[in-house]
Amino acid sequence: MYTQALNTSDGDNSHIEDAARSANFQARIDADERIEPNDWMPAAYRKTLTRQISQHAHSEIVGMLPEGNWITRAPSLRRKAALLAKVQDECGHGLYLYAAAETLGTSREELVDLMLAGKSRYSSIFNYPTLTWADIGAIGWLVDGAAIMNQIPLCRCSYGPYARAMIRVCKEESFHQRQGFEIMVMLSKGTEEQKAMAQSALDRWWWPVLMMFGPPDKASQHSDTSTKWKIKRFSNDELRQKFVDATVPQAQFLGLTIPDPGMKQNANGNWEYSAIDWEEFNQVLAGNGPCNRDRLAARRKAHDDGAWVREAATAYAEKRKQRQHAQAAE
Amino acid sequence: MATPNMPLWEVFIRSRNGLAHKHVGSLHAADTTLALQAARDIYTRRGEGLSIWVVPSNAITASDPSEKGMMFEPAESKIYRHPTFYDVPDEVGHM
Repeated sequence: MYTQALNTSDGDNSHIEDAARSANFQARIDADERIEPNDWMPAAYRKTLTRQISQHAHSEIVGMLPEGNWITRAPSLRRKAALLAKVQDECGHGLYLYAAAETLGTSREELVDLMLAGKSRYSSIFNYPTLTWADIGAIGWLVDGAAIMNQIPLCRCSYGPYARAMIRVCKEESFHQRQGFEIMVMLSKGTEEQKAMAQSALDRWWWPVLMMFGPPDKASQHSDTSTKWKIKRFSNDELRQKFVDATVPQAQFLGLTIPDPGMKQNANGNWEYSAIDWEEFNQVLAGNGPCNRDRLAARRKAHDDGAWVREAATAYAEKRKQRQHAQAAE
Repeated sequence: MATPNMPLWEVFIRSRNGLAHKHVGSLHAADTTLALQAARDIYTRRGEGLSIWVVPSNAITASDPSEKGMMFEPAESKIYRHPTFYDVPDEVGHM
């Protein structure tokens, strides 16, 4: 309700920021108050959140592609129904997030157009291919597992609409991770060939999943202000470590080997992992991952192919409105 | 390639018999029929509702949060509107 009805002038002239308002804003954040769409906020807070929430939304939508790839080839009706429901959830998550982003004053259409033009990013993880059915298991287990680690603290983010969207998303996400892990359990208890398929999926997804948490703390460019504004409650490295510590015992249960021979448990019980290849991460972000071009091409095609539906629905609504006006005038 | 803006709707759901409709979020749709269908698909995938209202966002008039002090002042200063303002003798017991 905030995008169209209200909030038209706020934000445009907010580069001239009044120190008193900034101090008051920070005091509200420090007091753990939630910021709502029509509250005054620094232009940089608005910009950071618009970027983060819209990229999060794009990730949900683009994330439908690697999994959608296996819907028609799921090995049973049970798996197919679950995967279909999961992909539908991802779409829902994208829409909650676009709605949250819009409350900051940029319309969903503009945000989507930026993504389609390659000017707004989505999570690097979705630029990797799903080569076998085991990849669907690995995505649920690892990618959704990592996403949950990231998203649970966002339920307490200082921006109200984002926090509320994340609460809904987190409730639904837990089914995603469990269905993925169940696939991994079945495969790892199966034939040698199935077990090898599960191992290969873990080998290919492990490192890209660790990269999902973003650059190491010493190199992250957004962390400081995001922490000050309570958009971010834990650092990239803290969340990554939490994820690794939670996942190692699960891999052991499956009897699969994490593709990091140097990994060892330290005295605190934390699993220390080897150096991450950040050059690969940078290359994928720069558009040179295995599937970047395919993903964008698929989104553009879907957007263009759906244009007639949007146009027809709008034209029909307009026609009905005209007819109602004419009847009222009679 | 800019896409024209679709109208925005606010979605309210009654989750159980006897409860009020509660705001759950918003969505874009061309008309009321499509807005109701989209609300069902986006906000009730796990049986969250018995009934849905969709309301055009621009039909909502909102108070200005920056003027909440003035807006709600009349309620702030009238402590005699609360039951705890009144003394009831102990002998009377619960009232």
